[in-house]
Amino acid sequence: MSGSYPKPKLVPVPSTNIIPDRDADKSPILECRNLGIDFGGLSAVSDFNMAIGRTEIAGLIGPNGAGKTTVFNLLTKVYQPTRGTIMLDGKDTHSMTTAQVNRAGIARTFQNIRLFSNLSVEDNVKVGLHNQMRYGTISGILRLPGYWKEERVARERALELLSIFDMQDLASHQAGSLPYGAQRRLEIVRALASNPSLLLLDEPAAGMNPSETAELMNNIRKIRDTFHIAIMLIEHDMNLVMGVCEGICVLNFGKVIAKGTPEEIQANPAVVEAYLGKQKEA
Amino acid sequence: MEFLSYLITGISLGSIYAIIALGYTMVYGIAKMLNFAHGDVIMVGGYVAFYATSFASSSLLGEDPTTAATALATVGSVLLAMVVCTVLGIVIEGLAYRPLRQAGSLAVLITAIGVSYFLQNAVQLLFGAAPKNFTPVVSGQLQLLGGRLRISYVALLTVAVCIVIMVGLTTFIGKSKMGKAMRACSEDRGAAQLMGINVNSTISMTFAIGSALAAVAGVLLCSYSPVLQPTTGSMPGIKAFTAAVFGGIGSIPGAFLGGLLLGIIESMAQAYISTQLSNAILFAVLIVVLLVKPSGLLGKYMPEKV
Repeated sequence: MSGSYPKPKLVPVPSTNIIPDRDADKSPILECRNLGIDFGGLSAVSDFNMAIGRTEIAGLIGPNGAGKTTVFNLLTKVYQPTRGTIMLDGKDTHSMTTAQVNRAGIARTFQNIRLFSNLSVEDNVKVGLHNQMRYGTISGILRLPGYWKEERVARERALELLSIFDMQDLASHQAGSLPYGAQRRLEIVRALASNPSLLLLDEPAAGMNPSETAELMNNIRKIRDTFHIAIMLIEHDMNLVMGVCEGICVLNFGKVIAKGTPEEIQANPAVVEAYLGKQKEA
Repeated sequence: MEFLSYLITGISLGSIYAIIALGYTMVYGIAKMLNFAHGDVIMVGGYVAFYATSFASSSLLGEDPTTAATALATVGSVLLAMVVCTVLGIVIEGLAYRPLRQAGSLAVLITAIGVSYFLQNAVQLLFGAAPKNFTPVVSGQLQLLGGRLRISYVALLTVAVCIVIMVGLTTFIGKSKMGKAMRACSEDRGAAQLMGINVNSTISMTFAIGSALAAVAGVLLCSYSPVLQPTTGSMPGIKAFTAAVFGGIGSIPGAFLGGLLLGIIESMAQAYISTQLSNAILFAVLIVVLLVKPSGLLGKYMPEKV
């Protein structure tokens, strides 16, 4: 399946950004221009420029505390940026709330799992489907025909989404009772349920063993190929990042220090220095 | 036989507490705040129903109204009370609590007490402090066992309404999309927002439902003890809050169970121990239960996340 996308060459877009060449004739799904946020006097992220193509799998890496999750929080409007603009599918998200950004097309998972753990697996997915269900509260109280129709459609859709990860048999289980790996997969399914055009994964491989990570890599590609969406991930597992990402952006101390394909990033001296420290002069 | 009739009184009184407690528990579960103005919304509901009924009987219905016309007027005034209280609940939430969403829980609590006094005084200013004589929505009683056991129709109606509300609310919260949004907000407001759920409108909806139930409770309460004055809502409000805590605040079946038990305890204490001491006994039982099970009967113990 991943064969459908040959290894891309990154091409520049009108701003100071690069995206895979196959997405070049379409505008980027996401474009950040000079994005920045200060906490008190501390600048957590500054001059963040990045574009993501419509079907790109992009990586955001950097040492601990580099500001990666802060970038995700800016993109989802958990934080309001101090400077710069975020263009989502050509629309400025400046005046949007977190919920509106989700409806406009960004869904995410969390570094530490944040499922609705007392709800069933199916209901977790249905929360993601919330805005696609079209019936009012009155109809929900009185159980008018619209309620039954929409709830049936939602149930089918939820099971279909769960089947991506072969989890449809777990639908009635309580989300909090699932094993760790299944909880991580459920978070991805829940995010996909809100029908995003850009999926943000915050350390999807955290706590996974090598075989689970390999499976996750396949699943990330599978999601992109099935839903034709862009995926941006934060990850510390370099095998996963280098194996699955097409474009990578490296952050250190809140600033972008390198951008490019996995090969370019691996060869970049600034990246090596950020991770391993400066090499001593011999 | 005496015992049975006290038990029935207790159950019907408890049903009223349960309906009020549902309002406290839903708001606490979803908005994480104690809405101490809830009791006064009940009182407002009572006043609206009172004035609507007297308006209907003085201007709409003729000299000798049919039973159907009277019933229609009663249902109409209850519905009007529900609509007014729903709007009132949404307005209170929007004006008084929403601006404090990021503030500490103490600030919201004090605001709620302020709203409570505001409502009492506003009603006193508008309608006067003199008690009104509320006409019960239904009258008469059922005689069983050759007249030895008498059950008022108000008591039967109260229990029936409470069961309908309980079942309806449980399925609404459990099965509808707004219910799922409410549970999602209750568990993790941030994650719910990131899933595209509008937290503000979800909380508004919670207040709307709680306040509509308060109107129903107001009408039932005033039918049970037909004296209506600006402070009518305070004591039942406090007791229903106690019932919610007793059953496990945040839990809907807990509010139901807590309300019923509280009503029964109160009725039994009044019958067999002392009318004057009944409230003291009630709260003493509460203290003992909370000492043994701090999270309430059906509540879950949630350790604070650090």
